[in-house]
Amino acid sequence: MTDNTDKLVIGGREFSSRLMVGTGKYASFEQTARALEVSGAQIITVAVRRVNLDRSKESLLDYIDPQKYTLLPNTAGCYTADDAIRTCRLAREAGMSDFVKLEVLGDEKTLFPDNEELLKAAKVLVSEGFTVLPYCSDDVILCKKLEDLGCAAVMPLGAPIGSGLGIRNPYNIKIILENVKIPVIVDAGVGCASDAAIAMELGCDGVLMNTAIAGAGDPIAMAEAMKLAVIAGRLSYKAGRIPRKLYANASSPLDGMFL
Amino acid sequence: MHIILNGERSEQQDGLSITGLLAGLGIGLERVAVEVNLDIVPKASYDTHMLSDGDRIEIVHFVGGG
Repeated sequence: MTDNTDKLVIGGREFSSRLMVGTGKYASFEQTARALEVSGAQIITVAVRRVNLDRSKESLLDYIDPQKYTLLPNTAGCYTADDAIRTCRLAREAGMSDFVKLEVLGDEKTLFPDNEELLKAAKVLVSEGFTVLPYCSDDVILCKKLEDLGCAAVMPLGAPIGSGLGIRNPYNIKIILENVKIPVIVDAGVGCASDAAIAMELGCDGVLMNTAIAGAGDPIAMAEAMKLAVIAGRLSYKAGRIPRKLYANASSPLDGMFL
Repeated sequence: MHIILNGERSEQQDGLSITGLLAGLGIGLERVAVEVNLDIVPKASYDTHMLSDGDRIEIVHFVGGG
């Protein structure tokens, strides 16, 4: 049974869904809106880009009610702390919210974070009152530094963005979970529902994904699968799994055997 | 006057405010942010902030992203 008191708290706001979903790469805005609805996500990521001046194209926010979701603007495409800070300031002005998904990329091929620039940007943004959720490497020392700087959560990658490789180093995620007090959200790498469940069973506070849903054969069905996987993984984590044992342990009683 | 609007050269009338610029482009004030020469202009100043020849203006909004 779902525990209604089991809330995710980030930046003083409570969320009942632990699945965060991106809004990129869908076939249409209608599909985006439907997938978000079915996923049950309350936090959705968006990117900050130039307005199309000919106004011939419709806008994402024509399809999504910003009152219904907490918009989490990202700094995708930023390779320096300065660019990421500039993007966050614009996002706050456009969205009237302090929440930002801070990513500072180091390389186009891997899209791995440039952690040095990330720390620089996080420091400035926290001082300016932003609620900073940084996409970062699965490195506990880095995560502790981000926590010490005042970030509202850490979002270590499970695998490269869009790769669908799953949680490549669950032990690193586990170490992060044991050593930081702020929410830990796996961001990037999830490919299918079991990946999301694994992240949650490790004890993560949430999972953020985009491509796994938008790129699925049926994005709406995958959105539902992810919703259920995150709920199942969380319940499984809270329930406490049995220890792994090398040999069998019979489930039926030996007493009363008649053979 | 000439301004650079979202990276492209654009001819605009003199004495134009940001409110006037956005109205001319058919862009609503909600959920956009405007930067003039790398400084963000708060929405409260859109009426009074007059653009100057050579200004570099960025008008941004939210799009789909992960």
